[in-house]
Amino acid sequence: MLEFILAAVRAAIPAGTPLLYGTLGEVYAERSGVLNLGVEGMMIMGAVSGFAVAQTTGSAGLGILAAAIVGGLLALIHAFASITLRVNQVVSGLALTMLGLGISGMIGKKFVGQPLAARLQPIHIPGLSDLPILGELLFKFDIMVYLGILLVPALWFVLYKTRIGVTLRSVGENPSAADALGVNVAFVRYAAVAFGGMMAGIGGAYLSISYAPAWIEGMTAGAGWIVVALTIFAIWDPRRALLGAYLFGGVRVLQFRLQPLGVSPNLLNMLPFILTILVLWLSSGQAAKRRIGAPAALMTAYSREER
Amino acid sequence: MTSALPESQATVILRGIVKRFPGVTANNGANLEVRKGEIHALLGENGAGKTSLMNVLYGIYHPDEGEIWVNGQKVTIHSPQDAIRLGIGMIHQQYRLVQTHSVTENVVLGLKEYFFFPEKAARAHILELAEKYGMKMDPDARIWQLSAGEQQRVEILKALYRGVKILIMDEPTAMLTPGEAMELLHILRRMTAEGLTVIFITHKLEEVVEVSNRVTVMRQGKSITTLETTKTTQSELAQLMVGRDVLFHLDKKAVEAGADVLKVERLNVMNDKGLPAVVDLSLDVRAGEIFGIAGVSGNGQRELVEAVTGLRPISGGRIIVNGQDITQSPPRARIKSGIGFVPGERWMALIPGMSVADNMILKNYARPPIGNGPLLDREAVAAHTESLIKEYAISTPDRHTPIKRLSGGNIQRALLAREISEKPSLLIVAQPTSGLDVGATETIWNLLLEERARGAAVLLISDDLKEALALSDRLAVIFEGQIMGQFAAREANLEHIGLMMAGALRPGLAAAKDNSTAGESA
Ligand SMILES: Nc1ncnc2c1ncn2[C@@H]1O[C@H](COP(=O)(O)OP(=O)(O)OP(=O)(O)O)[C@@H](O)[C@H]1O
Ligand SMILES: [Mg+2]
Repeated sequence: MLEFILAAVRAAIPAGTPLLYGTLGEVYAERSGVLNLGVEGMMIMGAVSGFAVAQTTGSAGLGILAAAIVGGLLALIHAFASITLRVNQVVSGLALTMLGLGISGMIGKKFVGQPLAARLQPIHIPGLSDLPILGELLFKFDIMVYLGILLVPALWFVLYKTRIGVTLRSVGENPSAADALGVNVAFVRYAAVAFGGMMAGIGGAYLSISYAPAWIEGMTAGAGWIVVALTIFAIWDPRRALLGAYLFGGVRVLQFRLQPLGVSPNLLNMLPFILTILVLWLSSGQAAKRRIGAPAALMTAYSREER
Repeated sequence: MTSALPESQATVILRGIVKRFPGVTANNGANLEVRKGEIHALLGENGAGKTSLMNVLYGIYHPDEGEIWVNGQKVTIHSPQDAIRLGIGMIHQQYRLVQTHSVTENVVLGLKEYFFFPEKAARAHILELAEKYGMKMDPDARIWQLSAGEQQRVEILKALYRGVKILIMDEPTAMLTPGEAMELLHILRRMTAEGLTVIFITHKLEEVVEVSNRVTVMRQGKSITTLETTKTTQSELAQLMVGRDVLFHLDKKAVEAGADVLKVERLNVMNDKGLPAVVDLSLDVRAGEIFGIAGVSGNGQRELVEAVTGLRPISGGRIIVNGQDITQSPPRARIKSGIGFVPGERWMALIPGMSVADNMILKNYARPPIGNGPLLDREAVAAHTESLIKEYAISTPDRHTPIKRLSGGNIQRALLAREISEKPSLLIVAQPTSGLDVGATETIWNLLLEERARGAAVLLISDDLKEALALSDRLAVIFEGQIMGQFAAREANLEHIGLMMAGALRPGLAAAKDNSTAGESA
């Protein structure tokens, strides 16, 4: 039994890592007041472009960098539509997801079935990695896992303890207040959405460069949608994003572990989504009680002369 | 004296400002000249273009035509950032504050001098400024925890922190209690003593006379005239604004009060924080009378009306309308039983983004002639809306305009028009004239009196004691959710009311202290 739990935790962390990157990015985007439902599209594009670049250059690092750039650029499309053109954010985000799913299938064709030469390797931390049990459990991951964990306190700190964070949150809560004090609302939103896209791209690349590591069409399999839900579960707080991402990572692992035991695969495929509904239900009540919730201006375009 | 000022005296000059919106011209060649160190009042009817003109000066609106001069320099103001750089600050009527953030975070937002939060130096500077101008302030409080008056002080601090030289305030006293308003005027005098210039939009003529040095009157997008305050009177100002005499002549016919329409028995209601807001409150309102509730806002008035209209659960007591116990009824059933409701917070009863017409049918859309089975009869909607627009003189480009684009006074008129046209047997109105110009106030007061004459029972909630006294037949004073005293309005004793509003005179005490007060029935 202990064996089983250890193995589950050991597997849940890498499985949750793409979700963690995606959620951290979406938390920032939504904190600025822009909902981006294009996460699934940006993740899959990150996965395919990351794989392609890593495979052709032989460098996993370059692959991840490329994925970040592609994710960021895609997010800018959404930013332009929803911030500058003031298109409905839901429509524009959904369009991005469909676009990403389509294009990734197209450009990924020739990579299907190729093993990745340049996959990310677990890093060996002298001392820690050699610990009995704990070393095996917590210190045998690749660099992106640790980077993701380190990003959590860093992004939390920026959000709550720096000028950047105060500005970002103000824009998401009351853009007219920020504008009246000379804050460039559009710039802040563009930056936040682009950052969210880069993070989603990295999350996608993690799937194809480390987790799989291979390119399979549609390999994000709804991870982007789970990110959208996790952002709410996290109550827009990076710290809770970590918890949520690993929890859902665990659920994914459970799927693989339970299937050999004869549980219906259809049922297991539903698991993350059932949990999503459950989590949204639970977190909404809790958020209401604590007087915290969605950024007040989420999904509303801002225009100075409009009243 | 009024014209031909040497330009060096003027710190702000607006010349020939034109600002057009689809269907309306908000400013049509408006001029304004403000001298350094003065309090300059800006007066005008609802929709005259006061807010628009100030938004032009603050860089929120781009004027279509016109010139702006600040301290002898011709300037173009593209954004609030430009205005701030020129030493201009503006406090909007709807405060621009981030509700979930702390006072400090709100004040230093947009400044480049700090990177890490919470910044000790910023806190200290805020406290220092607050002290200097005699304001109490907790820099760590969240905005949503603050009263309207305290929130306004945060707005003032935002401006002071940036070292403003010219401060624009849009109807700063509209949301304040009388005490808070007094304090504000005091702070303004302090600021001008320090050399600041204040532009002050208001509808309250007493304030103009009390605090301003000069006053500019606007009408239909143009400035009519600028006067020295000492050389004018309230009635002259009202006349200039509206273009006719405002007599505040109230057509208060004697109406025989009929049967009880509303009976509230030992009502108990909690506020949002789960604390008792209304405590064992009983009252009754009869047909053909206006029953006023006076008191400082935040003493349970909101919870009381929300409980009666079914928008808030109650924790005890009974509510009876026209002999029917509606304590357990949902809001729609209460509307059917004849309740009309004009909340103090307008957006509780209107949908900002929807057209005037769609807002006008929110209550009767399901019934003929508007509702036709599952469909709306658009022609009937048009006819209904047009007749309300005409009858209540609602000024709007057309019935398709989103209602949020109308000026404050016209939004209020539209809301009243909808509620009154339903011919309610019980009309509940909260702050019916807050933010309205003197002409509109007069109109709405007369509308309420007409309702009374028609035989409706009117429950009037007002922070404005003058209004409560002028309209009510009977008046009750509320404090901390309890009725401190109740009397016939014409026998009201102002001193007692003041004490009751502050909670210093309680029902039991009142009788013991002064047996001679007539009409005490509490
Ligand atoms: N952003 C906007 N979009 C469309 N119309 C507007 C806008 N701002 C103002 N208007 C219109 O311009 C006119 C002047 O409005 P403004 O708010 O300046 O009046 P005001 O004098 O401040 O009135 P009030 O005393 O009611 O506040 C109104 O008819 C209003 O509907
Ligand atoms: Mg105005």
